[in-house]
Amino acid sequence: MALIQQTDYGTPKRNSATLVTLEIDGKPVTVPAGTSVMRAAVEVGVQVPKLCASDNLEPFGSCRLCLIEVEGRKGTPASCTTPAEQGMKVRTQSPKLSKLRMGVMELYASDYPREMFESSASGNTEFQQMVTAVGLRDVRYGYSGKNHQSAEKDESNPYFEFDPAKCIVCSRCVRACEEVQGTFALTIDGRGFASAVSAGDKPFLESECVSCGACVQACPTGSLLEKSVIENGQPDRSVVTTCAYCGVGCSFVAELKGDEVVRMTPDKAGKANHGHSCIKGRFAWGYTTHKDRILKPMIRAKFTDPWREVSWEEAIGHAAGEFKRIQAKYGRDSIGGITSSRCSNEETFLVQKMVRAAFGNNNTDTCARVCHSPTGYGMSTTLGTSAGTQDFDSVEVADVIMIIGANPTDAHPVFASHMKRRLREGARLIIIDPRRIDLVKTPHVQADYHLPLLPGTNVAMINSLAHVVVTEGLVDEPYVKERCDLVAFEQWRKFVAQEKNSPEAMEKFTGVPAADVRAAARLYATGGSGAIYYGLGVTEHSQGSTMVMGMCNLAMATGNIGKNGVGINPLRGQNNVQGSCDMGSFPHEYSGYRHVSGTAVRESFEKEWHVPLQSEPGLRIPNMIDAAVDGTFKGIYIQGEDIVQSDPNTQHISAGLAAMECVVVQDLFLNETASYAHVFLPGSSFLEKDGTFTNAERRISRVRKASDPMAGLADWEATMALSNALGYPMHYNHPSEIMDEIARLTPTFAGVSYEKLDRLGSLQWPCNDKAPEGTPVMHIGGFVRGKGRFMITEFVPTDERVTARFPLILTTGRILSQYNVGAQTRRTPNNTWHDMDVLEIHPSDAEDRGIKEGDLVSLASREGDITLPARISERMQPGVVYTTFHHAMTGANVVTTEFSDWATNCPEYKVTAVQVQLARHMSEWQEQYLETRKQTTRIEKESTAND
Amino acid sequence: MIHMANQIALFFASYPKDEAVAGVADHLQKFWEPRMRKQITEYVAHGGSGLHEYALEAVKRLH
Repeated sequence: MALIQQTDYGTPKRNSATLVTLEIDGKPVTVPAGTSVMRAAVEVGVQVPKLCASDNLEPFGSCRLCLIEVEGRKGTPASCTTPAEQGMKVRTQSPKLSKLRMGVMELYASDYPREMFESSASGNTEFQQMVTAVGLRDVRYGYSGKNHQSAEKDESNPYFEFDPAKCIVCSRCVRACEEVQGTFALTIDGRGFASAVSAGDKPFLESECVSCGACVQACPTGSLLEKSVIENGQPDRSVVTTCAYCGVGCSFVAELKGDEVVRMTPDKAGKANHGHSCIKGRFAWGYTTHKDRILKPMIRAKFTDPWREVSWEEAIGHAAGEFKRIQAKYGRDSIGGITSSRCSNEETFLVQKMVRAAFGNNNTDTCARVCHSPTGYGMSTTLGTSAGTQDFDSVEVADVIMIIGANPTDAHPVFASHMKRRLREGARLIIIDPRRIDLVKTPHVQADYHLPLLPGTNVAMINSLAHVVVTEGLVDEPYVKERCDLVAFEQWRKFVAQEKNSPEAMEKFTGVPAADVRAAARLYATGGSGAIYYGLGVTEHSQGSTMVMGMCNLAMATGNIGKNGVGINPLRGQNNVQGSCDMGSFPHEYSGYRHVSGTAVRESFEKEWHVPLQSEPGLRIPNMIDAAVDGTFKGIYIQGEDIVQSDPNTQHISAGLAAMECVVVQDLFLNETASYAHVFLPGSSFLEKDGTFTNAERRISRVRKASDPMAGLADWEATMALSNALGYPMHYNHPSEIMDEIARLTPTFAGVSYEKLDRLGSLQWPCNDKAPEGTPVMHIGGFVRGKGRFMITEFVPTDERVTARFPLILTTGRILSQYNVGAQTRRTPNNTWHDMDVLEIHPSDAEDRGIKEGDLVSLASREGDITLPARISERMQPGVVYTTFHHAMTGANVVTTEFSDWATNCPEYKVTAVQVQLARHMSEWQEQYLETRKQTTRIEKESTAND
Repeated sequence: MIHMANQIALFFASYPKDEAVAGVADHLQKFWEPRMRKQITEYVAHGGSGLHEYALEAVKRLH
């Protein structure tokens, strides 16, 4: 049971306009019709004993503890399944009820480990609370009867165990798996005394279980329990913070014993996750104390030299000296800085400030360059702002959900569960994805249409959907007339109505039957509130920005922006993609997406920062690398990002870094980029610092320090020290002061402060005088840019073409248990599920090549080749193969190309022409990688550090 | 760089020529760092071989 006891109302909230008033233990209470008596009782401070009930699960009525008496009625019904009624008079306490409850608990206790319920020190479960609540002291029947006490534990899962001896078969775990997570991995096998929780007759690890932790959270008896609690004991303090994994931005309670995390439990009050979690946030936090963490600053003259541990002062002084030397020799614009979306808002703001103010140029970028930069460009152009239009809760009233190029159950699992709940309620589903992702068919969810298009043909698809809407009279004409630029609309209408954009004409590109496209378009346009959710399968293309505009066109044409249940919703990959973009990390714009050429905006920053600023855009990440190879870019500060592993064409990235004279890497670990670094600054994990993250729904949430930075400085402090050493003074006592500066300079953040965040829990920007408590849904009543602007989105096939030599298309992505470059999750037991990247290939493509499951295969493109094991998978369509980039040794980006989005240079990770063949040994790159890695990660332990 | 400029031109090519050329020029001005604009300007000064017509004209409008 969690350390922080949040009120559990026992059954879910009901929304009804009809109110009923009843009396519970003499206290009047008014609740919406449909509310349970149990919940109504909690509303007036009456806790009815319970074990099988929880307010995140539908009432079940099995434990028989929550019995009540109702005046004028016979019997003792369960309060969880009894609806409150007008005029009802309820008693929750009476001698009769006490006797009944005592009897029930006595029966449970007779088949429960005696030492557990007799000793208050042996755990703080709800079961023990109920023992106390009913006053049970002894079991009249003894403990020698038939029982389950010798049942074998299931310890297969690395994070939790299942002890049947403590199970009372209340079904909370089963229901949590169904109702909260939506996986349906658990069931109750057998009948009567033989009833037992089962993960499909398999150990948990081998079952369909996704280790989200919902069952563990739900268990009232300690039967399902975290191994970290079993090993370390109960926590003694807690800190509410925000997960540092994906863009859902779940709120968590970090439970600690001293400075050691004992467990992370999802925060029920978290508005992004409502008390749910996934395997990464819930369990994969062990990397924060992994032995690989580098805790001392290090420097070296050449990246082929061993590292030398030094003091913070020496490392910072060395980095600053080198940057100044390089600028003096090669010019002001010869250096720059990059942040990661894993960094906090305050950290990214500070780095871009240092680049603009201390370096004196605009060569600042962030890793959103390689994921969602097209989202910013496309949405800004059409709607006027670079962010998703809805909050996550909006999905609860969506009627038609269209998922494009996203795999939420793997990459955004907590939101996927939220979405699945709505789908089980009857929302319709359209999936546009080359792969048969899990949501195409998963328990109690089946897509109405799966349009398995060929990679690289998104724009052909969106245009053909729009063609149907326009030519079949499905445009929401009043909406468009009222809210959109009509000249642009008519241009667009004329364009998409052309025969060349019809589903029939586009079928030769997309490979999707026109009839399916037409049916899907009709469903989206006429099925009620239509919501589009999309991921990197949209953005990471040469026409990524065009596709984002195409989706906005479609949503505007059908009136699906500006209210609840609709919208364009980018599912951000990392925890702070939205925030790092908001904070002015891109080279052409300040925080709040304002171009550096705007005089008034620039002057406001100059006034605040007391330094003249440049009005020209700076270099983007790929431009920096190109310039480094060309010899005009010589130094870089990289905070939290691993461009060698994550950016395309690894060889080119490595060559660029190798050509630089000073590469400063700030990270938790010696990542792949650090192999080319001259200065290493040890980073601090999310548990060691204060700050904020902004999730995919523009929700700003607090990251709270649970323990001191292991290396001595939080990341923002290191940046501040570097800036000071460069001669540009920065003085902040706490990240809250950085947020105050952000608020002063950024209109959409004007109303944000730590005080307000602490008070309200979280805030969705825009948050200012017009919306002092934030903005869950944007563009209500009108678009941010004024009139919505339709853009013409001509389909231009990518220049990456399949040929006889490279006949297959490679598309890359993520899986559930690993996160991005794997730096965090690879250092946890999550490797149990995915200890290497594999190549998924369709059976027919495999058969053509004589490839069997598990065979080592060569994956070769025009850029390079790697080897990895094959997995035969019908999730793939013939002609398309798939892999992940979680393991550095695999080198997936050795194969990907430098083709990129026309507007933003976001790489085209999703389309690479490749050949796959059987292989006998690792590739030349992989062999060389092992050598390079061995040489570049040596650390001289003869420390000269004096701190 | 030629490839990137042509990609930009192909996006705007659906619009009337004046609007398209202005769109390409505006994009280059807003998003390309000065040394990149300088390089492509010099390339155009030497003939601009392989550049889309609209990209070529847009580069000539850069300042």
